[in-house]
Amino acid sequence: MNLLSRLRGQRPPTSREIAKQRLQLVLVHDRSQISPGMLEMLKDEIIAVISKHIEIDKAGVQVTFSQNDRESRLMADIPLADGRHMRGPS
Amino acid sequence: MAAQVITITSGKGGVGKTTTTANIGVALALLGKRVVCLDADIGLRNLDVVLGLENRIVYDVVDVIEGRCKLRQALIKDKRLSELHLLPASQKRDKSAVNSADLVRLCEELGAEHDFVLIDSAAGIEEGFRTALAPANGVIIVTNPEVSAVRDADRVIGLIEAAEKGPARLIVNRLKPGLVQRGDMLDTGDVLEILAVDLLGVVPEDEAVLISTNRGLPAALDEKSRAGQSFRNIARRLLGEEVPFETFREAPGLLQRLGRLFQSDGRSA
Repeated sequence: MNLLSRLRGQRPPTSREIAKQRLQLVLVHDRSQISPGMLEMLKDEIIAVISKHIEIDKAGVQVTFSQNDRESRLMADIPLADGRHMRGPS
Repeated sequence: MAAQVITITSGKGGVGKTTTTANIGVALALLGKRVVCLDADIGLRNLDVVLGLENRIVYDVVDVIEGRCKLRQALIKDKRLSELHLLPASQKRDKSAVNSADLVRLCEELGAEHDFVLIDSAAGIEEGFRTALAPANGVIIVTNPEVSAVRDADRVIGLIEAAEKGPARLIVNRLKPGLVQRGDMLDTGDVLEILAVDLLGVVPEDEAVLISTNRGLPAALDEKSRAGQSFRNIARRLLGEEVPFETFREAPGLLQRLGRLFQSDGRSA
């Protein structure tokens, strides 16, 4: 970073920050023993199950891990579709 | 009080387990504690050379376990500190020569006559690590502030918790304060945030460690060594003293500071 970009208040992340971020991400998967690919699969299946009953915004679904100390939590954020309605029994 | 049996482990090799074990042993003995350092890295003996006691070995831990000698005969007394002892690993056998039950029994016997039993674990997460963990009533994880060492430390912390040997305490070894300030090394706080364990100590990178190891005189004996001071502080914390954690600041010269202002590595942490 040079003085100019420094004055503009922007800077690329330091290697320290990158290392920390990469570690946090890789450890989420190490600890849960769930690979990114498996997480995608989980997400697809969750979408499929919920879509049977409720209309959801499939593109907005996010399935992530959250970390609190050494406890991992699987979080699913599932936005409902606009004008949503419960599906009646078929 | 029953002896503290502390296993020093890391997952990744080469982060400074043996150096840490030797230096904490020396530092505790300097404080008048009766200490035995047990080399559990069977087949890859090294604690003896780091302590400078390699020429005195007659029997080793496998000889004791297999009944070829008495425990007392295998214990090597340190040449400088009368309260410090080494129980060396066997160099010609492998991990399978010692099992968990053997080591538990041995540590019970050692604990009767010492305040601290420090077990230098083998690297890895296999048999050697599990055996070294079995007798422990405390665990120290040694890591370096870099991605592979921290990742392996995390794995080991998980295994220690699963084995109900936790909570482990962490030593961040070989921290380079200058690199941290430049934004090119994980800081202690980063490592703690990632691993979520209690900190036992921070040891800065220090050439004195290599030099003292060359001579077989652990840095904890060196009044002037920064790393030696850190190891002595760790020993006091193990005794329950509240010793503030050191902050290491590299004082840059004026030219360096000016240069940093204009250069890519010149950001403050």
